[in-house]
Amino acid sequence: MSKLKFLKSHEWYSAENNTVGISDFAQHELGDIVFVELPEVGENVEAGVAFGNVESVKAVSEIYSPVSGVVTEVNEDLQSAPELINQDAYAAWMIKVKVSSVSEELISSADYDELTKR
Amino acid sequence: MKTIFEKSQTGKCALSIAACDVPEYRLEEGILRQEDARLPEVSEIDVVRHYTALSKRAYGVDDGFYPLGSCTMKYNPKLNEEVAALPGFTGIHPLQCPRTVQGALEVMYRLSEKLAEITGMDQVTLQPAAGAHGEYTSLQLIRAYHLDRGDTQRNKIIVPDSAHGTNPASASMAGYSIINIPSGPDGCVDLEALKAAVGKDTAALMLTNPNTVGIFEKGITQIAKIVHEAGGLLYYDGANLNAIMGTIRPGDMGYDVVHLNLHKTFSTPHGGGGPGSGPVGCKKALAKYLPGPIVVKTQEGYALSESSEKSIGRVKTFYGNFLVALRALAYIEVLGKEGIKQAAQLAVLNANYMMARLKGKFPTHSSKICMHEFVVSCEEIKKEIGVSALDFAKTMIDRNMHPPTIYFPLIVHEALMFEPTETESKATLDWACDTVLELLEEAYRDPEAFKKHPCSMPIGRPDEVTAARKPVIIFGRDSD
Amino acid sequence: MSTYTPHTASEIREMLDVVGVKNLESLYQGLEGIFARDMNLPAGKSQQEVARYFEKLAAANNVFGSIFLGAGAYQHYIPPVVKSILSRSEFITAYTPYQAEMSQGILQAIFEFQSMIAELTGMQVSNASLYDGSTALADGILMLSEKKKNKVLLSEGINPRSLEVVRTYLAPLGFEIELIALENGKTSLADLEKKLSDDVFAVGLAQPNFYGVIEDAATIGEAAKAAGVGYIMQVEPFACALLKTPFECGADVAVGEGQPLGMPLSFGGPYLGFIGAREKLTRRMQGRIVGKTHDSEGRDAYVLTLQAREQHIRREKAGSSICSNQALCALTATVYMASAGKEGMKEVARQSLSKAHYLAAQMTAIDGFELKYSSEFFNEFVVVSSAPADLIRNKCTEKNILPGLKLSDHEMLWCATEVNSKEDIDQLISVLKEVRP
Repeated sequence: MSKLKFLKSHEWYSAENNTVGISDFAQHELGDIVFVELPEVGENVEAGVAFGNVESVKAVSEIYSPVSGVVTEVNEDLQSAPELINQDAYAAWMIKVKVSSVSEELISSADYDELTKR
Repeated sequence: MKTIFEKSQTGKCALSIAACDVPEYRLEEGILRQEDARLPEVSEIDVVRHYTALSKRAYGVDDGFYPLGSCTMKYNPKLNEEVAALPGFTGIHPLQCPRTVQGALEVMYRLSEKLAEITGMDQVTLQPAAGAHGEYTSLQLIRAYHLDRGDTQRNKIIVPDSAHGTNPASASMAGYSIINIPSGPDGCVDLEALKAAVGKDTAALMLTNPNTVGIFEKGITQIAKIVHEAGGLLYYDGANLNAIMGTIRPGDMGYDVVHLNLHKTFSTPHGGGGPGSGPVGCKKALAKYLPGPIVVKTQEGYALSESSEKSIGRVKTFYGNFLVALRALAYIEVLGKEGIKQAAQLAVLNANYMMARLKGKFPTHSSKICMHEFVVSCEEIKKEIGVSALDFAKTMIDRNMHPPTIYFPLIVHEALMFEPTETESKATLDWACDTVLELLEEAYRDPEAFKKHPCSMPIGRPDEVTAARKPVIIFGRDSD
Repeated sequence: MSTYTPHTASEIREMLDVVGVKNLESLYQGLEGIFARDMNLPAGKSQQEVARYFEKLAAANNVFGSIFLGAGAYQHYIPPVVKSILSRSEFITAYTPYQAEMSQGILQAIFEFQSMIAELTGMQVSNASLYDGSTALADGILMLSEKKKNKVLLSEGINPRSLEVVRTYLAPLGFEIELIALENGKTSLADLEKKLSDDVFAVGLAQPNFYGVIEDAATIGEAAKAAGVGYIMQVEPFACALLKTPFECGADVAVGEGQPLGMPLSFGGPYLGFIGAREKLTRRMQGRIVGKTHDSEGRDAYVLTLQAREQHIRREKAGSSICSNQALCALTATVYMASAGKEGMKEVARQSLSKAHYLAAQMTAIDGFELKYSSEFFNEFVVVSSAPADLIRNKCTEKNILPGLKLSDHEMLWCATEVNSKEDIDQLISVLKEVRP
């Protein structure tokens, strides 16, 4: 997890796997996630721009992209089992991206922890 | 309880119609459906027992106190139902020649006239089917008005963050983008935020008054001035008209267009989610954009005028929910000028009385006089003992009280929004306040037990997560 | 005088004291001076007087002894069970079922309604209702919209009032409507194929169409599918009980006007919009949806579900602002369909079909009356007459008969349902025989 970089809007990016997801803090705030809307393979994502959203029973939140690039893979498991995000937010990656550039707003895991400390 | 489908037995039917007395006509096989629709086959008594049982698992204003904030759940007079059931109204076809429906047209004309007077508007359409539909129609009028003047850059609607969700959603359906402005600490429009938001792209500000925390926007004249000077229009969300009807008119406050909820303010029943009716009134400058037809009075009687060339077009197939409009007229006729004014005053009195009795026990959002509703917050209680607004709501169900609106407006955390309405007696309000205060004690005594309510209903708290993750919305289409 | 408020004068006094104001007017402190005005409204009346007034108004309407007018609103027999159940105040005076535990009856009834609509249309999902058949068509089209495509092709056979509502809804969003021409009263496949282009996202028609004609809905569906565009059908509920279902015809969305299912004509409302769709479109469907789940003890429970799509949560990003729908009308349709059941629905459909064909045969046997289209029809048809439509209308009105809809000076759209007996039809025919141009 320490290898991950974060946006203040609670998304993580793994440079190792080129994957994007939402943080454990975010899943906890949202509560039981019931649905995830993700882009399709081949679509472009842009750093700092929403690419999808997550729904709980009584709320919906946009997911912002930490990187710019083209979506190469989408985690289809989340369509039938969005609860995977609640179970392990860092294993439940959402999209894999062929990255062209990375957001300048990304912060380290330690800084993100500091930010979300209650 | 079993569904009606599970009570089906082949060969049963509860419809009894005359045998066909003309030669049977058969369609060619190729165009027919392959399998019959699997509708339930039940006898008349099965239908009666089944739906009577379901009715006993429902709760209406006739069953008890219903202080659902922002919904104005007042008593629905029986007279309204009686007159709406007259065959002279239920048996007429919407495309009959106008001279054969003079009574119906008078109902529409007279109601439009009264609503125009009550709102301070010049023209009214009864066509929209519900409140949100009225909002949507109003926004289309606003759009048509600006475009017709060649003012094509006005593509933004300003909405306070305390607004009903329907406001931004309706504006978006009408092609607008939304600017949300934060409310001030008292829940009212922050004039500085408004000034910063208006501009050449402002089409309108959507604002309910009294606002959603139950406070009258005293700055309304100034708000109207700011919006109008920027070239925008002011739209009135009529959800809260019950507080001021007969005393204060949106038209006099500077509003240009208003929608009403006849199923809130004008006592027509809500039917478990409609049919409502959402008439729209507007000032002269907007009248030519209204959807047609509109009832007009001529020397030969009432007639339906075709819509103007500039009309936004119909928003519904015929003339709106006519039988709902008719009920509203019956209500206005009974109350009359003084009765309408008094209804609003007593709605405000009832809300203030309840608020006064709960004050100090629950933090209320306003310490001043409220209008027809008030908001209390369970935020502190939740921090202290973990009991939420939802827990209070669910416990009230066990005391045979419909809970107030919860978690709205969004600007108040852990909100409980009470709107007792004018048709509740002092005795009922005293009972309700006593009950709520008892519940407060109960919550502190045993917070864990408190969270287990309701326990006197056919079900306990439902699993909404499973419902949303694996939706089962059609009978027989789930795996179990 | 009745004002429906239960307060005594002394109670008002007591309550004002608790609130700490001296009179009712003081509740509007600081506002009266600015806005107060004397409204021009009549004085209140007793319930007795108001009842008499409405009886007088009702009597000023002409309820025709026999009705041959449809065109979007249909007279059918309503079983007494429907009226009886629908008079239960628990249903009438409830709000939207936000509190599931005390609203299981309403929620279950909506679940049953959704299920019946799915059965009738063959579709996989449905919702709690929409405003009416026209707004449902507009909503259904919007459900099929796609980024980068801006055109919908709609059959000229759709009810003109529905088309107007769709135009109203689509205009501000920048969508364009192009009409598909009719050929012998049917949506022209050739014209459709000519108009299918890359910017089209959906094709729509009505079954049967406004002129009563039964469309080759499956053929049009195949063309839509081949072009990779969405397909929407606006259907009549009784026709659904007999004809190939929208699902069988390849529709992605089926919508319709539910008024024939137990709702009286009522001068145009309240009526009922219904919708069915393919499962993949569930989250794009507007309005309330009831889902089945369970409570903590495993008991079946019904709730409003997928609410995160809706306006109160998603606000400007919601696909629709609908909040109150036509719940009591949906309940009416549910009780009607439960009463009629599988066989009753078909029987009403067959009788409407047979009577319309008998009426058409009798009418066209008269000199100067001809069917406009030779295509197969359901329970409505267009007749061209040498006698002017206005004259026909006047003659019929004199005999307490409501004739078909005037489409042009010499064309009328006629309708029959199970309610029209042979005797009524024969009487109409004898009146028409008397009409000489």
